Amino acid sequence: MDCGKQGQWRSVGGNIIMLKLEARQQPSNFWVYGSPLLALLITVLVGVVLFVALGKDPLRGLEMFFWQPIRSSYALGELMVKATPLLIIALGLSVCFRSNVMNIGAEGQYVIGAIFASGVALLAEKTTGNWIVLPILLAGIVGGMAWAALTALLRDLFNANEILVSLMLVYVALQVLSYLVGGPWMDPQGFNFPQTKIFEAATHIPRLIQGSRMTIGILIALLGSAALWVFLFRTRAGFALQVGGIAPAAARYAGFSSRRALWTALMISGGAAGLAGALEVAGPIGQLSGFLPAGYGFAAIIVVYVGRLHPIGMVFSAILMSMFYIGGEMAQSRLGLTKSLTGVFQGLLLFSLLACDTLVNYSVKFKRKT
Amino acid sequence: MTHPRLQLTGITKAYPGVVANSDVSLTVMPGETHAVLGENGAGKSTLMKIIYGSIKPDAGEVRLNGQPIVIHNPKEARANGISMVFQHFNLFDTMTVAENVWLGLARESLEQVTASIIAKANEYGLDIDPSRPVHTLSVGEMQRVEIIRALLTRPELLILDEPTSVLTPQAVEKLFVVLKKLASEGCSILYISHKLHEIRELCTACTVLRGGKVTGVCNPQEESNASLSRLMIGAEPPQLEHRPQQAGESRLTVKNLSLAREDQFGVDLDGISLDVRAGEVVGIAGVSGNGQKELLYALSGEDCRAPAGSIRMKDKDVSKLHPGARRRLGLHFVPEERLGRGAVPTLSLAHNLLLTRTGSISNPKFAGGWIQVKKLEDHASAIIKAFNVKAGGPHAMAKSLSGGNLQKFIVGREIDAKPTLFIVSQPTWGVDVGAAAQIRGEILALRDAGCAVLVVSEELEELFEVSDRLHVIARGKLSPSVPIAQATVEKIGEWMSGLWETGAVAERGGQHHHA
Amino acid sequence: MDSYALLLAATLNAGTVLALASLGLLINEKVGIVNLGAEGMMLCAAIAGFATAVHTGSDAMGFVVGTLVGAFLAGVFGVLVIWLNTNQFATGLALSLFGTGLSAFVGTGFVQEKLLDRSSYAIPYLSDIPWLGVALFRQHPLVYGTMALTGAIIWFMYRTRAGLVLRSVGESPESAHALGYPVRLIRLGAVVAGGALCGLAGAYISLIYTPLWAEGMVAGKGWIALALTTFATWRPGRVLLGAYLFGGVTMLQLHLQALGVQIPSQLLNSLPYVATVVVLAVISRNPQWIRINMPASIGKPFYPGS
Repeated sequence: MDCGKQGQWRSVGGNIIMLKLEARQQPSNFWVYGSPLLALLITVLVGVVLFVALGKDPLRGLEMFFWQPIRSSYALGELMVKATPLLIIALGLSVCFRSNVMNIGAEGQYVIGAIFASGVALLAEKTTGNWIVLPILLAGIVGGMAWAALTALLRDLFNANEILVSLMLVYVALQVLSYLVGGPWMDPQGFNFPQTKIFEAATHIPRLIQGSRMTIGILIALLGSAALWVFLFRTRAGFALQVGGIAPAAARYAGFSSRRALWTALMISGGAAGLAGALEVAGPIGQLSGFLPAGYGFAAIIVVYVGRLHPIGMVFSAILMSMFYIGGEMAQSRLGLTKSLTGVFQGLLLFSLLACDTLVNYSVKFKRKT
Repeated sequence: MTHPRLQLTGITKAYPGVVANSDVSLTVMPGETHAVLGENGAGKSTLMKIIYGSIKPDAGEVRLNGQPIVIHNPKEARANGISMVFQHFNLFDTMTVAENVWLGLARESLEQVTASIIAKANEYGLDIDPSRPVHTLSVGEMQRVEIIRALLTRPELLILDEPTSVLTPQAVEKLFVVLKKLASEGCSILYISHKLHEIRELCTACTVLRGGKVTGVCNPQEESNASLSRLMIGAEPPQLEHRPQQAGESRLTVKNLSLAREDQFGVDLDGISLDVRAGEVVGIAGVSGNGQKELLYALSGEDCRAPAGSIRMKDKDVSKLHPGARRRLGLHFVPEERLGRGAVPTLSLAHNLLLTRTGSISNPKFAGGWIQVKKLEDHASAIIKAFNVKAGGPHAMAKSLSGGNLQKFIVGREIDAKPTLFIVSQPTWGVDVGAAAQIRGEILALRDAGCAVLVVSEELEELFEVSDRLHVIARGKLSPSVPIAQATVEKIGEWMSGLWETGAVAERGGQHHHA
Repeated sequence: MDSYALLLAATLNAGTVLALASLGLLINEKVGIVNLGAEGMMLCAAIAGFATAVHTGSDAMGFVVGTLVGAFLAGVFGVLVIWLNTNQFATGLALSLFGTGLSAFVGTGFVQEKLLDRSSYAIPYLSDIPWLGVALFRQHPLVYGTMALTGAIIWFMYRTRAGLVLRSVGESPESAHALGYPVRLIRLGAVVAGGALCGLAGAYISLIYTPLWAEGMVAGKGWIALALTTFATWRPGRVLLGAYLFGGVTMLQLHLQALGVQIPSQLLNSLPYVATVVVLAVISRNPQWIRINMPASIGKPFYPGS
């Protein structure tokens, strides 16, 4: 079987240099770990070029993105605050992707989770006790699951492609949010801004440390990582899901139900995204507003890939991605650049990673042919 | 002296582990309909791919009309007048017949192509409407499209690969009319098949392949089914010392199993009945593509659509049960595809145990159960040791093992479960001689220990070695069984073409031939 | 009455953007490739076109540059997805994120800029027809161009051999490859052409639709265009009609308001997406339908060696 792929580059001298991709016998262990690092390097290099091209000091830029976010304990705290929703959503998404259920709609599940959580939070009064935090979180999980269930249902009953369905539902979710904060849930004292009233203090997710915005959400995220590890590598259900994703014929042979896999994967990732939404809305933000959607659901996809779909890897990639978020914000406030730089780097990181991942299964050979 | 249209001399092609073609010579005269006869694995496909330019031979020469020629790819083959109709079609469902044919031709406009199709179809009596979309066609009609596509290139040599496996008897007749006309116009035809009666009806020359070598060249018109069988299958395998059969209770009863195929290119099962008892090995012979895959899917539970009551294990109706439930009842199955179905290539041997064994799972109520990794690895190590599997240990990835060793592991995994009913498909396909012998020994040991065993295989030699009784499957139907001592190569060869008596009890001996 | 004519005109305007982008995505999907990066491509093209028009004073140059930017980004996407066989959806998302960020980045200097006054785009005589004139004949030439383009694409896809080959690649790249066609080059060509159309759409937004630059001004139209391709079951004619339908959602809202029916705008805004989900569910149920309508190789990688 001929697995070679070739591209041709004509050099100035008239010789032809062939760039050939040859399939490896075994996936290269070196590149499994090396590829994300190479991708990061490429991203940084392009970033430097970008800074220079726009007349800004590249070293200052790098400082914003990689040094500032970790230089003080407060900065670290902010890093964790940003990383929490990314990690939680990513943990759920990795279950989906490992099962070959391509859930692109985590953003929508996140928003609906936040909505359900807000619904409970708005019921609180000044005298309500702290116990209400638990129902808030549970509501978030239920909301996310319910939204994901729509996708699962359509795939299960109608065989509708889950990528397109979950993506479309993201935009429906955004409209639902817009309607609620602009209508029935709008704060009557809010000067007509599309937002709810600020939630009562009792609803706030407990803080971890005084003076920082870190909440127990971080603990939940880390526990979630551990739980994911156990689920994926120590339970038969997790095993069954992954076999379904790698070798569907083997899963069928073993008797693993693909329908159960579909629902399990979507419920877990929907619930996780919803939980993240609840933690955000009742945590750092403290109210539901039209500004809630921050693209975490999409950024989490990058976290999953860069973290190689592994619970430990995703912890690191979540931190990396949140560095990009904070770096972007800092670049805006301190260097006068737009914080949309975040998107540039995130997209670039994913691009580079996808390209570099080719090296895991293929080696590049240069051949000169006269 | 007329040059042969096609002459192959000394063609050899080897792959790691197997020699597909060994010093094969083939001569096809102009206007001759030449059969290439052989079982699966005999080397027919490789030889055809060499002729058609998809593969390069390691040694040997190809001459076209007397001139030596090297064909680098199918496009060149077509340009040289060699055309091929494959078993699996290259058609685009959403496009019309005319558009499909047009795509395969380098020239002309759609109107011209449509006109050519109609003309060609009329000339050969091939009933086809060029404006119909391909997805509305029956498989037989699709084949006609492929044939017309091949004919429009005005070939001098037309190769047909098992063309009648997808056709009804009436369609087969129509096809033969076309082929005979074609041959009468001087086109040579290479007809690949294992169906003896068809070859005897259609072909004037025949080259028989077995194990990559040519075992005979003859004129099928002058041969009988028996003599052709012998060339194809070989001499009577030596009768092994068989323990007197002490078959016990019936462990598997299949009664009148009829099942529509799952996908378009499958085979419908038609009234299959068989019985497997404890302490015996029942074999099912047959060239692949005759329904084995579908039957095994129904038996293992991967296909749960069998009509209620058609499949029973002892007294329990298992027709609708999924694989896990059947395993709990004692059915263990080794499929023919190792990597991808019997084992997951990128998982370790230990983890591959989890596909069918639950011994290392505790607390099954929680998330399907907790995997006790150490226990799992120990279990895998035990199997590796007991079944002589050459592997780097329980951590070794399944795909790092050689075919034979992986098969030993999978067979070992299922036998280690102490099944009451053991089903295995192609137990030693692509497996080295030593491993094959070991696996066959395991099957016999299972039998002796009282398990009911069903073996589906394309290798008759193997079936003769291990079976107590033998069926043949053809076109989705199952022949009656014959005790191995009474099975002859001629009978099996005939049965492979579907020519058995329905209702005849083979043990009785005498054959009544219907007209 | 006149307000309806204006609304119809606005619908044609809005629909043109969607139609152009969606036609581009359709060409992509016809060869089996889903490009989720439409939003990013359109934004980059929008800023590129706008910046060019500001600097050169020429709309035409703006369109050209926007189109080229779209084609270039699509080309990069295409090389990754077709030759390196990267996951189409992940790569498209990366493009979307990257493009959105890059456009905002590059566009920071242009937020306050204005383009020269547009001359009115009235067609002589025709635009004087009462009502119809206002509704139909005061559009930018590209609006009519889009209708013509739709016709051209239909003709190309279904009446030429090249279109047939393109569709065959989308249905089964393996079979097309077996027949000797350069599958990967054809796919790249389609991807680049699709990107060019998305670029054109993006440029139209910043030059004609709302002649200014604002971060994220494409406002989700890239995603609607993606939905539209599916909603229209991959037929160019239906794409055009659907584009006007989706684009006319605002029209519907105002019409209902005028009738005194209070429907939240969000409900109408979500209609295109809900409609797409419904269509998807309906056509996916029947394997025959899906086989006939959806290019079979969508999303799947192609390895020529096998």
